[in-house]
Amino acid sequence: MITVRRDICAYCGCCISVCPQGALELIDAYLFVDTEECTDCGICVRVCPLGALEVTP
Amino acid sequence: MKTSYDMLVIGGGPAGAMAAKCAAEKGHSVLLVEKRPAIGVPVRCAEGVGKELLHQFLKPDDSWVASEIDQAQIVAPDGFVMNLKPEHAGSEVGYVLDRKVFDRELVWQAANAGADIMVKTRAVCPLTSDGRITGATIEHNGLKTDISAGIVVAADGVESKFARWCGVNTTVPLREMETCAQYLMTDIDIDPHTTVFYTGNSISPAGYVWIFPKGERTANVGIGIAGDKSRSGSRAKDYLDRFVSMNLPKGKAIELIAGGVSICRPLEKTVFDGMIIAGDAARVSDPLTGGGIYNALYTGSLAAEVGTTALSNGDVSAKALSVYDTTWRSSPMGIALERNYQIKEIFVKLTDDDLNAIIHSVSDMNMSEFNTLNLIRNIVTANPRLAMKLGKAGLKQLFDSIS
Repeated sequence: MITVRRDICAYCGCCISVCPQGALELIDAYLFVDTEECTDCGICVRVCPLGALEVTP
Repeated sequence: MKTSYDMLVIGGGPAGAMAAKCAAEKGHSVLLVEKRPAIGVPVRCAEGVGKELLHQFLKPDDSWVASEIDQAQIVAPDGFVMNLKPEHAGSEVGYVLDRKVFDRELVWQAANAGADIMVKTRAVCPLTSDGRITGATIEHNGLKTDISAGIVVAADGVESKFARWCGVNTTVPLREMETCAQYLMTDIDIDPHTTVFYTGNSISPAGYVWIFPKGERTANVGIGIAGDKSRSGSRAKDYLDRFVSMNLPKGKAIELIAGGVSICRPLEKTVFDGMIIAGDAARVSDPLTGGGIYNALYTGSLAAEVGTTALSNGDVSAKALSVYDTTWRSSPMGIALERNYQIKEIFVKLTDDDLNAIIHSVSDMNMSEFNTLNLIRNIVTANPRLAMKLGKAGLKQLFDSIS
């Protein structure tokens, strides 16, 4: 699953539109991950400018 | 609470604010919703905009113009500096804005024109009837409310969700998402009226570093790199930190800004039954420069113009709204987007040797003949190796795109 490092995330939204599943959403000041839709592909982890996302088992 | 409007605008950035303002000025009832608690923050922008482009919509005001720019410099990977003076720099000559104030000003103008504004309010899902978008469920303070609207303008930015919920494929390929980091830095030695662009694959792969002055010793110092170049340990922020430690070691970062800019082609379709998509959500940020402020203002105002006409005619079908799509695509903005997309596709493949050769050869050009066609001709003539790399098809594509 995708884990958001909230201490690093600047809730910029860069990851959201690269998600092929549409599993991410920026809700005000936090990033929401729809775990039902997420396939752990890791594209969002790659694109994050700060390194706030991790795929964790 | 009013639950029925002529127009519902999703997103309080420049595209949404402009749409709301222009529609309200024509006497239509408008609701603009913004998911953040404040308009204009957090900033996710380098804040540069062309002077003449901005003047089409707003009279510049000292409260939100941070700096006036009169020349640009492009730095080659080998350190060679090319100066672009006003007469050649085109739309690079402009302003660096204070988006926190600028975005508020635009929304204030929309409110002043009669639009209702709701902050910390997000669209949760579209309302539809017979395949037509008829409004949205919005959530504010834990309460969900259905808002019906004659037309919806989706201006929800690069992280756009609304169009996707309506069935539009808005996914940006990884390689076409520029991942960006920026510091607002102070105490740095800069020319307050010159923007500087640093190129090179070790500095900013498939992107560039920018210094956009915001005052005498203050500037936005930022970077965008292509998403597929981003990896753990070599992300946008890592490249930026390396650049800053080498070039501006004594500078003080007083704000960290992150963001993404799509550098793909615009959405294939930007109108649907009952909905228009505007600004970054329509993927109309410039694929070469990453600039999107003017494009958002333009598409926002056009969305209002076409949308209000459709409302008055009682027909908000995709067919009736298609004039929005065809107008922006054939506008100077639409033409520039296509041209710059082609140039970007070449730019991202250039080696540092290519970049050095190009920047040196352009710098030797007779600037009285400076225009895009001459620029490309000159580059190709001076760099036969590059011409070979592009191949016949690439060159034809490039010439077609600029002629």
